[in-house]
Amino acid sequence: MPLDLVLNVVVSGVLTGLVYGLMALGLSVIFGVVRVVNFAHGEMMTIAMYAATVLFAALGLDPFVAMLPIAAAFFVFGYVLQAGLINPFITRPEHSQFMLLVAVAIVMVNAMLMIFGPDARNVQVSYQLESFEVGKLLIDKARVYAAGAAVLASASLFAFFRFTLTGKAIRACADNYLGAKVVGLDVKRLYALTFGVGAACVAVAGCAMVLLVEVTPSLGPAYTLLAFVIVIVGGLGSMGGALLGGVLIGVSEALAGLFIAPSAKSMFSFGLLILVLLLRPQGLLGKRS
Amino acid sequence: MSRRAALLSLLVVSLLALPHFAGAYAISLATLILYFAYSGQAWNVMMGFAGQLSLGHSLYVGVGAYAAGALFFHYGIGPWAGLWVAILLCVLLGVVIGFLAFRFGISGVYFALLTIAFAEFTRIGFDHFDWIGGPGGMFLRVAQRDAWDLVNFRGPPLMYYYAMLALTAGAFALCFFLLKSRPGYYWQAIRENEEAAQALGINTFRWKMLAVAVSAAMTSVSGVFFAFYYNNLFPEQIFHISRSIEIILGPVIGGVGTLFGPILGAAVLTLLSDGITEAVAALGWEIPGIKQVFYGLVLLLVIMFLPHGIWPPLARRLGLHKR
Amino acid sequence: MKRRQFNKALAAAGATAAVSPFGILHAQAQKLRVGVLLPRSGYLGFIGQSCQKGADLAPEVIKGILGVDIELMNADTESSVDTARTRAERLIQEGAHVLVGAFDSGQSAAIAQVAEQRGVPYIVNIAAAPQITEQGYKFVFRNFQTAVDIVRNGLALIGELLQATNSVPRSAVFMHVNDTFGQAMAKGIGAFMPRLTQLPFKIIDTITYDPAAKDLTVELSKAKSTDADFLLLVCRLNDAILLRREMVKQRWNPMGIVSPGSPGMYEEQYFKTLGRLSEYSISNVPWYNPNAPLTKTVEKAFLKRNPREKLVFHGLNVGFTFEAILAAADAFGRAKSTEPKTLADAIRQTHITSKMTLGGPIKFNEKGQVEGIGSACVQNLDLIPKVVLPANAAEAKPVFPAPYYKKA
Repeated sequence: MPLDLVLNVVVSGVLTGLVYGLMALGLSVIFGVVRVVNFAHGEMMTIAMYAATVLFAALGLDPFVAMLPIAAAFFVFGYVLQAGLINPFITRPEHSQFMLLVAVAIVMVNAMLMIFGPDARNVQVSYQLESFEVGKLLIDKARVYAAGAAVLASASLFAFFRFTLTGKAIRACADNYLGAKVVGLDVKRLYALTFGVGAACVAVAGCAMVLLVEVTPSLGPAYTLLAFVIVIVGGLGSMGGALLGGVLIGVSEALAGLFIAPSAKSMFSFGLLILVLLLRPQGLLGKRS
Repeated sequence: MSRRAALLSLLVVSLLALPHFAGAYAISLATLILYFAYSGQAWNVMMGFAGQLSLGHSLYVGVGAYAAGALFFHYGIGPWAGLWVAILLCVLLGVVIGFLAFRFGISGVYFALLTIAFAEFTRIGFDHFDWIGGPGGMFLRVAQRDAWDLVNFRGPPLMYYYAMLALTAGAFALCFFLLKSRPGYYWQAIRENEEAAQALGINTFRWKMLAVAVSAAMTSVSGVFFAFYYNNLFPEQIFHISRSIEIILGPVIGGVGTLFGPILGAAVLTLLSDGITEAVAALGWEIPGIKQVFYGLVLLLVIMFLPHGIWPPLARRLGLHKR
Repeated sequence: MKRRQFNKALAAAGATAAVSPFGILHAQAQKLRVGVLLPRSGYLGFIGQSCQKGADLAPEVIKGILGVDIELMNADTESSVDTARTRAERLIQEGAHVLVGAFDSGQSAAIAQVAEQRGVPYIVNIAAAPQITEQGYKFVFRNFQTAVDIVRNGLALIGELLQATNSVPRSAVFMHVNDTFGQAMAKGIGAFMPRLTQLPFKIIDTITYDPAAKDLTVELSKAKSTDADFLLLVCRLNDAILLRREMVKQRWNPMGIVSPGSPGMYEEQYFKTLGRLSEYSISNVPWYNPNAPLTKTVEKAFLKRNPREKLVFHGLNVGFTFEAILAAADAFGRAKSTEPKTLADAIRQTHITSKMTLGGPIKFNEKGQVEGIGSACVQNLDLIPKVVLPANAAEAKPVFPAPYYKKA
């Protein structure tokens, strides 16, 4: 196996992994704080992807630029979704939460089918097909930019949770629900904010993803599953964990695909998930709860 | 006769007599309802009784189906023998998953994700498993369909309807007795508060394992039925997470942990799904996807306003006990 | 009316009601009710909707050429086997005389069982699993190639292509999607390749990939590293697009991309998304004859209903769906009865030479399968899929190797 082939594959695995990590970031935030099993995560990202294609078709906006308005819109959407629909379910059993979000997902997927039709859509920007040449390595430009967005997004989230008052308040809710209430924090509002932030992350991920993949209405479920795998592996509530988990999954899938069978590469992600669940359920960078 | 027994008898009698006044379409629909009622009931044992959320139950359906199907396909071994192999394999699988989960203290959402991981892992694995046909699928030879051949489980749709009816009734009876017996009480104790149950000296590990084993065994039978009813199996379809979701829809809507919930839920959902299709067609709204949007909205409403399912409030209305 | 007459009328009505489910009462009815089962939602939604276009134009066109009245009863299988089965039952109950559909092999197999059980003829429009017509059914027919035929024809066409363009590639890397269809094609290629000694190339590596994969970097890197002369690809639409883009990103420019028989590269989305990059990709698939008179008629009807679309992007789906209904209508015209057994027997006697798709006449053998359906070598030229082989149906000359070919 030639070395530059392996190197190329590993580099692309890392980059792809960072993009996956970006996608999982939103879930980590939501799941880590609000503890709701958001099974409509992939569908939310699909909606963001469609939004990006619409903005591109209508206004010629590059997805990286479209990230800002779409993230803002999603923040509001997430806030309203949590406050309006999901809030009563926080104390309900998991199967109820799961069912609620499955129902939401069904509505989302088919609404998209009705509005956009079944055909795949995408954006077409100039740098989509270009690669950076670094010696013998060919590195996909779009992936590099998307990975860059991922790192930036996690850094900002990290800063938000570490240094702002609201961020600290949200972390307090996550760490100790009762204590937070005792101290006088408006937990309901903070949960809604968190969901909004998580949704905004999903929007950013969607805008990055649309450069790499065609969007169809049924794109969601596979990404939801992947996001959960990454979040569990990387660790709940940890920004770095989401990225690390993503990279781990990306690289392991790439290597599995290279040395074993590409069609079975997903098996490794699930195998990794099982191992992590058994041996270190809090994930690599998570805290033991 | 108590009110409950009377209503139940009425239901059984009407189901037995259904073929006399219903067409083939209604029978196929009823068979589907019973199928989901049965698998929902099987899932309910693990969730409703022992409180373990499994989102990967398609694993047992698939393994059961393929086990019996492969034996028939390759060796001509009939479903009655294949059934036991299917049950054995699934119980083994369930025990492995249960063991791994409970020994390592995994519960709640994590347990659910573990079950999903196993189902997905198996799905991709079977896609590469050539002996059972791989992604190309396995097509069971369909010899005849007029006479009731119970040995090879071949016959007209009516036979399948009665078989499914028998299975569902059997599952109902089994769960009824289980609930009233020692495992049932231990399960409910574990479901309500596992730590308290442990403090009382109940070996929660053993009883949880039993729930998993029973649930897996029951579900595998539905897989065997599926194989011989549809006569073609594809890993992509039978192990898919959407099948796992289908299985749990009935009990969750009907009422998790109740005896009648899964059956009611399966009936309501299947009829709803079909009803919406008919209504939408009648209104002339032939837009693909619109039926599922309505379906999802109804699901949403039920989940929001009837959090314990449809059966408990309905049972109260009918003057029955809460179970 | 007198009592005796009344009793007689009552008896007649009773007898009528008893036999009416079988349409004997309507034996002289003028309309054939065709149940159309297609996946119009779910993951196969876009293909089902494409096929539906072929169904929608059928009544009008068939009335024009055969003078037969047909009424469509449309049902959505929702890309699910369970739904396919119950919908089929429902259509039969509502009085469908014949069923047509359903694109996917699993769903078609389920419908076939229902049709056979209820004794209602069922004509499969598109579904390649050979087993569907190997079950000994009397009421199931298929006017489409089995996977085995598709591969055989596809490989033969590659031979013709190389001869026509005087090219001699020595090696090919075979990539295929790991689903029902891809696996059947792979098996077929494994079986036929050793026998086709006149083909100058060898398959030096086989790479299987997951149809749901959204990232095919690794797969393509592997393919590129084989230094094969061209890419032999069995794909679906989305992965075809991903692979083509990946080829550009990784700067791999083989002689060409040739499909021995799979969807994807001739579909509209491929052109829309890739633009100029879609050029020169080749698909050897069952196709319609652009010069056939029936094609022109269907095209007119298609454009009337879909003014902003081009038939060529829906050719396969529309062509075969239309022909399935055509066969049913033709049988009805001869049988002059909607009684299921009579219809089925009439279908078995079908011999339609004036058709739209390539190949021999529509004639069902004792298994219900049409033999001799032709494939075409279809190449993307000027942003449209064009038939380049066989020569008698060609709209352009094949181009191989592609101009972007750069020897590694």
